[in-house]
Amino acid sequence: MTSADRQSAVQKRLLKRYRDEARFRAFGIAAIVFALAMLALLIGSIGSQAISAFTVNELTLRVELDAERVDPAGDRSPDSLRRGSYNGVLQDALRAEFPTVTEREDLRDLFGLYTPLVAARLLNQVADNPDLVGQTIDFTFPISDHADLYLKGQITGRESEVLAGGFTISRADGRATIISEAGVFAAVRDAVRADLDLRADAIEARAERYETRSEAAGDAARSEQSSQDAEAARQQAAALRALTRDDGGDLELTPQLPSRLVRIAGGFVSVDAISADGRSVSGRILVDGDADTAASAEVLTLSVPQADRRFSDAQIAWTEALQARGNVSEGFNTWLFTNADSREPELAGVLGAMIGTVLTIAVTMALAMPIGVFTAIYLEEFAPKNRLTDLIEVNINNLAAVPSIVFGLLGLAVFINTFGLPRSAPLVGGMVLALMTLPTIIISARAALKAVPPSIREAALGVGASKTQTVFHHVLPLSAPGILTGSIIGMAQAMGETAPLLMIGMVAFIADVPSLSLDGLTEPATVMPVQIFLWSDGAERAFEARTAAAIIVLLGLMITFNALAVFLRRRFETRW
Amino acid sequence: MSTVYHDTKIENAKVELDNVGVTYGSKTAVSGVALRIPDRSVTAFIGPSGCGKSTVLRTINRMNDTIDIARVSGSVKIDGEEINSKSVDPVVLRARVGMVFQKPNPFPKSIYDNVAYGPRIHGLASGKAELDAIVETSLKKAGLWNEVADRLDQPGTSLSGGQQQRLVIARAIAVSPEVILMDEPCSALDPIATAKIEELIDELRENYCIIIVTHSMAQAARVSQMTAFFHLGDLVEYGPTEAIFTNPRDQRTQDYITGRFG
Repeated sequence: MTSADRQSAVQKRLLKRYRDEARFRAFGIAAIVFALAMLALLIGSIGSQAISAFTVNELTLRVELDAERVDPAGDRSPDSLRRGSYNGVLQDALRAEFPTVTEREDLRDLFGLYTPLVAARLLNQVADNPDLVGQTIDFTFPISDHADLYLKGQITGRESEVLAGGFTISRADGRATIISEAGVFAAVRDAVRADLDLRADAIEARAERYETRSEAAGDAARSEQSSQDAEAARQQAAALRALTRDDGGDLELTPQLPSRLVRIAGGFVSVDAISADGRSVSGRILVDGDADTAASAEVLTLSVPQADRRFSDAQIAWTEALQARGNVSEGFNTWLFTNADSREPELAGVLGAMIGTVLTIAVTMALAMPIGVFTAIYLEEFAPKNRLTDLIEVNINNLAAVPSIVFGLLGLAVFINTFGLPRSAPLVGGMVLALMTLPTIIISARAALKAVPPSIREAALGVGASKTQTVFHHVLPLSAPGILTGSIIGMAQAMGETAPLLMIGMVAFIADVPSLSLDGLTEPATVMPVQIFLWSDGAERAFEARTAAAIIVLLGLMITFNALAVFLRRRFETRW
Repeated sequence: MSTVYHDTKIENAKVELDNVGVTYGSKTAVSGVALRIPDRSVTAFIGPSGCGKSTVLRTINRMNDTIDIARVSGSVKIDGEEINSKSVDPVVLRARVGMVFQKPNPFPKSIYDNVAYGPRIHGLASGKAELDAIVETSLKKAGLWNEVADRLDQPGTSLSGGQQQRLVIARAIAVSPEVILMDEPCSALDPIATAKIEELIDELRENYCIIIVTHSMAQAARVSQMTAFFHLGDLVEYGPTEAIFTNPRDQRTQDYITGRFG
């Protein structure tokens, strides 16, 4: 091989090496970008869902604490106060806002604007300060979850259009007719017709699907059924189309169509009929107005039909009216951080679960860290190397791979059934999680100890330090950052664990905040991931946002925890 | 194989090795080593790599105890006292027999704490003033005081390699040992730092029994009074340095010091 050949061979090889290196770097960057994108997606999707749970709409009512109702015995003793009817007082306050609501069903809807559980808060407020009996106070409490979601625009789309031109209102029998000489309701009429058309289109599309299914169906019975369905849908659509035709009569709004509420003269009317000429609308009075004429009217179009939502037109009108009167205010959702779990989303909070997590992790840390670190020190520095220690080492490595639910079963069988420790208690949860994290801590602590250079051990032994002194004066401090890192990873793992707690009864509805003390260790509690799991399963829609909010809180807890670890590690490192 | 001893009268033998052998598991590292090492002098162990000179050195402060599979046989006496007997605590022994390693290994602590560590764990100082005094004398003896007096609180690892090695020597001196073992103390240092250490060794000789393992025959010739040549786990020849280097009696010694192997 001549020198020139060598040169070109090396050159070719070099180019290939450059390409390999460039490719490897590109892969690396791609992987990081992908990971970051996924992280951003995760945080973004959770964050956008959670954001609405961090604010809440609160209702403030003037509540008359009538002495006879809230203090039946009249002595202002706690016993007597406790027998008082605080919900009744709240109901009265709400009725005072809407005096025209008298029907039983309407009243039930009206009282649906808050959960009776807030009466307990009112009771506590009065019990704390019995002087309030007989006074009239402003009482603020979270509005019902549906009203809250409505105000946040999550129940229905809401469009508002202000019509001007002078209106007269005539009332009779709880119904009102609003007349506009200028015929401004023609626009509303056309919009309703368009809605009807859209609905008819949708039903016709369904009819077509039935027809194709009927043709495709194998057996006769099913084919027959589908074609009947198609026929019914066609008729339904035709009926709707008939409504849109201008036949001179009133156009009727059914609950299956997007609702129209008219806000006029301080009141609300839900429209159920529009005259063909667009000069008048009529409907039920939801909130009574204060005048018979008005210069303008506001038409609210609620895109989700009343039949498809659990928050009625009347409730929407009351909520709107209360908001217009300044009784509703939106603020930071402190309830989320001051309450434990509740069946009512507006009262549900994560405080109970947070304290449960703190207690549980405290137990885990108190057990797993010393036991794990000392085990690692003994195995790494002192234990003789023989069959037995080999066996122990293999088993510790195996334990790290055991599914966490198995530890839960162990906890149930040993801690609860054999030792008789209480169920659902942070003490037991912490013990189970400690068992689960021990292998992680032992393995990482051993690795950290092994990483201390032997020259340090020799140096210490060389000046006459004993084995124990060598380990505790030199090896352990040097490996502390590594041990801490491993322990924190273990703790973070434990913090996010749900499965083992399932077995020991910590997956439970706990409405009380456990006390942040030694007593709290044996009180029933739940932890953050379990709370998230429970809420994600919650029946109420408002739990959706709260689930995401709880996830954010848990992530926040973890980040705090890890930041603390990094801080401690830095401290240790600079000291040495 | 029998050892060649130059007939020197060693009256004040500080360290006596008799029939010392060390095995690592089934492998014999050294065997049949017998040596009488004089006090207040420098004894050099030379020989090619893997000949067992470090292993022999480590029997003198029982550092081989820290290796699980190492077994030491024979007798090692300091001042006539058997150090391998059960009644001798290796911790106490190592306070009497200091050791300096190949690579400078100061603790990742301050210069002060490095030197003070030994006196502290052995309870040699009864107060802060006494400890300060020990640290100062040790650093002075190690010839480092002038360089570090104003920065005793800085980490020992921030010093240069040669300074670190002198710090380590100061650390060994601080517990007032009788014997100082040095395992190739200059192999990681540049010539200037080496010269300083050698100078230091020469000064320390007045108070201590120093045993040094070295790869450099020149160094052995410069600093030592006695030399032991090891080869393949045997002590080949032992005698005054001058005699070994000018008039080796064993063929292997001659080959080694004339540079034919090793």
